[in-house]
Amino acid sequence: MNKISKKSNSGEVDASLRVPLLALFGGAAFWLVVSSVLAMIASIKFHAPDFLANCPWLTYGRVQPAADDALLYGFCIPAGLGVALWLFAQLGRAPLRGAIVPVVAAKLWHLGVLVGLTGILSGNSTGFAWLEFPRAGSIILLFAYLLLALWAMMNFAARRERALFPSHWFLVAALFWFPWIYSTANLFLVAWPVRGVVQAIIGWWFAGNLLFVWLALVGIGTAFYFLPKFSGRPLQSYYLALFAFWTLILFGTWCGIPPGAPVPAWMPVLSSFAAVLTVVPVLAVAAIAWQTLCGSTNCEPKGGPFCFIRFGLMSFVLSSLMLIAMACPRISQVTEFTWFGPAQTQLQLYGFFAMTMFGAIYYLLPRAVGFELPFPKLARLQFWLSMFGVLLFIVPLAIGGVEQGMKLNNPNIAFMDATKAMLPFLRTSTIGLLLILLGNSLFALNIFAMTFVWEKSLVKKAFTVVTAPLEKPSASASLRRDQGEVKV
Amino acid sequence: MKNGALIFLAVFVALGGSWCGFVLAPELQLGGAKQTTILNSSDVYPVGRPGEATQGSSVYRANGCAVCHTEQVRQTGITCEVVLTDAGKTPAAVTKVCVDIGVNMTDRTWPLPLPKTILTGLTKEEADAASGKITTAGGKVEIHIAATGPDIARGWGMRQSVAEDYLYDQPVQLGSLRAGPDLANAGARADANWQLLHLYAPKSVMKGSTMPPFRYLFEVRKIGREPSPDALKLPPEFAPHAGYEVVPTPEAMELAAYLSSLRATAPLYSAPIAP
Ligand code: HEC
Repeated sequence: MNKISKKSNSGEVDASLRVPLLALFGGAAFWLVVSSVLAMIASIKFHAPDFLANCPWLTYGRVQPAADDALLYGFCIPAGLGVALWLFAQLGRAPLRGAIVPVVAAKLWHLGVLVGLTGILSGNSTGFAWLEFPRAGSIILLFAYLLLALWAMMNFAARRERALFPSHWFLVAALFWFPWIYSTANLFLVAWPVRGVVQAIIGWWFAGNLLFVWLALVGIGTAFYFLPKFSGRPLQSYYLALFAFWTLILFGTWCGIPPGAPVPAWMPVLSSFAAVLTVVPVLAVAAIAWQTLCGSTNCEPKGGPFCFIRFGLMSFVLSSLMLIAMACPRISQVTEFTWFGPAQTQLQLYGFFAMTMFGAIYYLLPRAVGFELPFPKLARLQFWLSMFGVLLFIVPLAIGGVEQGMKLNNPNIAFMDATKAMLPFLRTSTIGLLLILLGNSLFALNIFAMTFVWEKSLVKKAFTVVTAPLEKPSASASLRRDQGEVKV
Repeated sequence: MKNGALIFLAVFVALGGSWCGFVLAPELQLGGAKQTTILNSSDVYPVGRPGEATQGSSVYRANGCAVCHTEQVRQTGITCEVVLTDAGKTPAAVTKVCVDIGVNMTDRTWPLPLPKTILTGLTKEEADAASGKITTAGGKVEIHIAATGPDIARGWGMRQSVAEDYLYDQPVQLGSLRAGPDLANAGARADANWQLLHLYAPKSVMKGSTMPPFRYLFEVRKIGREPSPDALKLPPEFAPHAGYEVVPTPEAMELAAYLSSLRATAPLYSAPIAP
């Protein structure tokens, strides 16, 4: 393939993705802001329990899950799907055909999130962590996902560059795994619920696989595409990446059942064992990132996207290690049921996944849409806000959580004292949430402005087309002139 | 593409393994679970909650109480006591055995009065051994088993929660964060009236409570010809204006019924305790 055809092809690939990506990312940016607003409302209740206490829609037990789900289903998954679509098309050098379907699917997805969040806030949550969306919302989500995944897979199958990259492995597995776990969980927990504690087991399996495995597959798959781009040398190495992939899906999928859960003992034991083995893929990812970035020719790669993805990878390693630690019975005795858990989850969802997606989107969206970011400075600022935000959120909660756990383990300390000791940490984390909210708003601003600029350019184009007939007289005049009818 | 199909198959197997392990296998093992019998009794456990409490569980779900509360008690171990109930026909032989196994016999009235706790803080094996020796000597003993651990010491339960406790719950709401106390045995600690007061104004019964109030589950209304019998008896600083009363909505009543029904204390084979 010569250089020119490659180039024109890449333009064609980018152009084919423009509208689906704007649809996915636009909605995602919106839910991202919604999620941080809801999280702020929830957090304020630890400063003033009476805050909005008369409003059933905004009670803590509804706002908090709604905030979590808005982040996961509203932002993380559609952002991941959009990035996956783009990566498939780029790696396979195949433009997306029938782009209208992913556009419709993206809109459907965001509609599903709207239905789901309304369901939670109106008191129709299913009561299962990370699966709170009521049935109607879940069905829409699953349908939209299947359409998007189908189009991504068709694009994958039609790729012109036949070689497979490590990113492919991660992304294909992820595309395929979500419908499996999501339909299983919805069928066995919501549609035809199984009895008793099996519900809890399936719930843990689902949540673990969605939050840890799915996000890791998509996030790491994305990072493995960008690392060589930033460092200017190939992934170090291809085989280590495949090793990380296989160990991740072999061990990671079994994590999630807490030690000491009221279930037959083999389950938590097996789950803890798998969690310990999950150290292997996590360290492999860390080694790959380290070796690919260090020793690269342009040693300090610059640019916003790079900072986001580097921070995302560090958060991945840290949050995974926290997850693994929580699966060890000794540590779990302290950290279980404390704020350490929410801190870990937030680091995984926001620190790792969302940050990686920000980086990827800031990189690819200008290429796909064909305009520079409207506010590149704000994107830089967002990095600092989001990074400090997530640190200010998770560090106090993790430290406070350990302290809370130690106090709860000492029956001589009254429960209320342990809870009160947690308040300063919770209140600090509100500041973190505020920074995250600001960061998220800047992200949304860039995405919306980008959409606006693009729409304006469309209107301009349309305008030129509409105004084109005005030139006709002169054209016909010249025609007549050519035919010698008009003599001057 | 040959490569692709192979990868796909392998990925399918790798991922599907966990599905078999944590969806299929638990359902096969526990899906058909039935009631069990309570230890040393012919009663079955668990029995379903009364209708109002079942509806209350859905109020609990709708308002996300499980975001802040767990419903699962942990224990770290058990501790046994040996109680002498009968010194038998040859108290001297029993006394001798007791001396051998290190019973502290400081009081002069030994072995009276019976029953008498003679050994504490034993493991199950030690207790069984001691009991065996005394029984052979002609005495009779009982072994009391108590669970240990911080949750138990806090009074959140008498034993750890086990799978049987959740047989009839829909949905099962174990919770994962203890922003508030564990509620697996909330019904054993407080009555429905307390629950209603606490839901309306947590601070009215628990000083400095950080639990958000659930005032929207109550109706503040003008007192009619007669005050409602259900009206809350609130302390003055939480009471509404004169001439008004706070009446729980049906949801609040159901929720209180649910909370009062939370009680998992039955000794089971999987969680043996013998108080
Ligand atoms: C923001 C977190 C939060 C939410 C949501 C919450 N609680 Fe609480 N709850 C607490 C805290 C903190 C305490 C301890 C202070 C107290 O007793 O008021 C508590 C205490 C309790 C107690 C007393 C337990 C005991 O034995 O001392 C009960 C019962 C209770 N909550 C029920 C509920 C119910 C029912 C709901 C849902 C309608 C709910 N809680 C929602 C935080 C919460």
